[in-house]
Amino acid sequence: MFESLSQRLQNTFDRLGGGRVVTEQDVKDAMRDVRMALLEADVALPIVKDFVGRVRDRAIGAEVHKTLRPHEQVVKIIHEEMRDTLGEAGRLNFSGSTKPHVIMMVGLQGSGKTTSAAKLAMYLRKEGRQPFLVAADTYRPAAVDQLVTLAKQVNIPYYEEGVSAKPTDIAKRGLEAAKNADASVVIIDTAGRLQIDDQLMTELEEIKRRTNPAEILLVADAMTGQEAVNIATGFNERVGITGLVLTKVDGDARGGAALSMRAVTGVPIKFMGTGEKISLETFEQFHPERIADRILGMGDMMTLIEKA
Amino acid sequence: MGIFKRGLSRTRQSLVGRISQMLGNTEIDEDTWDDLEASFIQADLGLETTETVLDYLKETTAREGITRTNQLDKVLKESLYALLDPPPPLNITGRDLSIILIVGVNGSGKTTSIAKLANRFKKEGRNVMLAAGDTFRAAAIEQLQTWGERAGVPVIANKPGSDPGAVVYDAIQAAQARNADLLIIDTAGRLHNNYNLMRELEKIRNVISKAVPDAPHEVLLVLDGTTGQNALKQGQKFAEATNVTGLIITKLDGTARGGMIFSVFTEVGAPVQFIGLGEGIDDLVRFDVKQFVDGLFEF
Ligand SMILES: Nc1nc2c(ncn2[C@@H]2O[C@H](COP(=O)(O)OP(=O)(O)OP(=O)(O)O)[C@@H](O)[C@H]2O)c(=O)[nH]1
Ligand SMILES: Nc1nc2c(ncn2[C@@H]2O[C@H](COP(=O)(O)OP(=O)(O)OP(=O)(O)O)[C@@H](O)[C@H]2O)c(=O)[nH]1
Ligand SMILES: [Mg+2]
Ligand SMILES: [Mg+2]
Repeated sequence: MFESLSQRLQNTFDRLGGGRVVTEQDVKDAMRDVRMALLEADVALPIVKDFVGRVRDRAIGAEVHKTLRPHEQVVKIIHEEMRDTLGEAGRLNFSGSTKPHVIMMVGLQGSGKTTSAAKLAMYLRKEGRQPFLVAADTYRPAAVDQLVTLAKQVNIPYYEEGVSAKPTDIAKRGLEAAKNADASVVIIDTAGRLQIDDQLMTELEEIKRRTNPAEILLVADAMTGQEAVNIATGFNERVGITGLVLTKVDGDARGGAALSMRAVTGVPIKFMGTGEKISLETFEQFHPERIADRILGMGDMMTLIEKA
Repeated sequence: MGIFKRGLSRTRQSLVGRISQMLGNTEIDEDTWDDLEASFIQADLGLETTETVLDYLKETTAREGITRTNQLDKVLKESLYALLDPPPPLNITGRDLSIILIVGVNGSGKTTSIAKLANRFKKEGRNVMLAAGDTFRAAAIEQLQTWGERAGVPVIANKPGSDPGAVVYDAIQAAQARNADLLIIDTAGRLHNNYNLMRELEKIRNVISKAVPDAPHEVLLVLDGTTGQNALKQGQKFAEATNVTGLIITKLDGTARGGMIFSVFTEVGAPVQFIGLGEGIDDLVRFDVKQFVDGLFEF
């Protein structure tokens, strides 16, 4: 079922005969292949339409590079467009924020917030900062235990007050505790929630208001389907996210959600989670190239581009 | 079934508006099919299922001389009903001890679903026990223990990091000794493409079969309702490793539509048994094909 896009395009162009210029008919047929490939990779439909439109405009009349066959030329355009859409790997941005800088982890239930919070703390420590964790999920059973266990495991200071206080108060007091501990970055782990849950989204707004975060990272599962657009838009509209963390990238999902979320929010993807273990190896800077190849289902992309 | 409606109502609104508005009452034309296709894709049905349903609809409308969009409703629903089987009763009665093994990828909702199942069966008068087979994830044991207390069912656990097979073995012994008639086993989340972890799951399964020859009597795969096409691979791989007998789809209380159920069911053949509609202990309902489909495509 998952024939690579490159193969698919090659078949299409072989059928068409393939001249030295990419014609309108070539492009029309090729775009059907692209659309299919993107949908199979879980890119959300509105984003697919938009993307295909842009590739079409660039491809019609494109001169075929002398070392490339027409289908390769189109693949090259698609790849470039994909890279542009995914954007550069985003970096954490603490400018305009005073120490300790606050990072809020937000997202749907089970997306990987708590795990990513601990990994991010390790990452920051390696960068020479003094990270600090705050356990503000009082809803999920043993969520506090989970964060505390991880904090102890990797030796990061933390703040918790069990589950009897309100998350907004815990966040605020956690920030104070971090100041007293001379921490430079405070990571607040919040409970998973649906973007349509008004009460819980209001709670996030309140935590934001009281802790003034430099970064609000939306943690999203790489296996997410068409829902990606609603999730990203929902969180962004309510709390204004500043970055995305894509988790479970060690799976074999094609990861179209990354493209969908990036496209609808314009917010950069900053990190990828690539394993359950809390370690620096499983928390990577986002690689647009790798995700682009994956969404397009082609491992041979780089060789092709290098030819041109 | 009030809760089913409540949980799916948001799903319904978002699709209802679109489909009924879109279909209206006009002549069926290319746009009708395009709009339907878009709706199916956005409900995560996937390209293959979408094609299958559309082809069927086109054939049927041609054969039956249907020309108006408002006549499509019935045909559409029936074609979707036909793609799913109603869940048969769980195979957990008629013996001293029945065992349910719960499997799935990370964070899909396994532990929470176990709490909901335990609560449900306990209320039905069963003597339920839980096994904390996730010894890997931080505080996974405490999570299950907290749920066990809330549901009022005992949890058999060992230390974090201990061998899950050993915990499972102990739990079966304990269940037999204490005359439990239903044991539900939690396992650590694992991605289906992780060879070692899938082997570990096979081993856990073997421990169960050794202790109780015809067990596990049910192997339920928990799928996150917001998952897209990857659900199909999850279904295939977990079925290969553990012989999945049923599915639980969680998190359908949001706006996710769970359309990937169709292809997973077609591929794996295991029926959807339950749907998760929230984080509370009562937020689990039996899967009902008609309600699910009607909820998705209410006109
Ligand atoms: N394989 C893999 N598993 C991951 C990754 N990130 C998180 N997980 C696992 O996903 C599951 C959920 O992770 P959590 O960190 O508990 O997710 P959460 O968003 O905090 O969940 P809630 O607090 O319940 O909303 C756990 O089993 C984690 O071990 C990743 O990058 N790869
Ligand atoms: N909204 C909603 N949340 C759910 C549902 N089922 C589970 N959750 C939430 O999803 C998150 C993950 O659930 P768990 O039960 O811990 O998932 P798991 O599969 O056991 O996770 P791991 O053991 O880490 O692999 C928690 O925050 C749950 O509260 C559901 O039906 N609806
Ligand atoms: Mg968490
Ligand atoms: Mg669990």
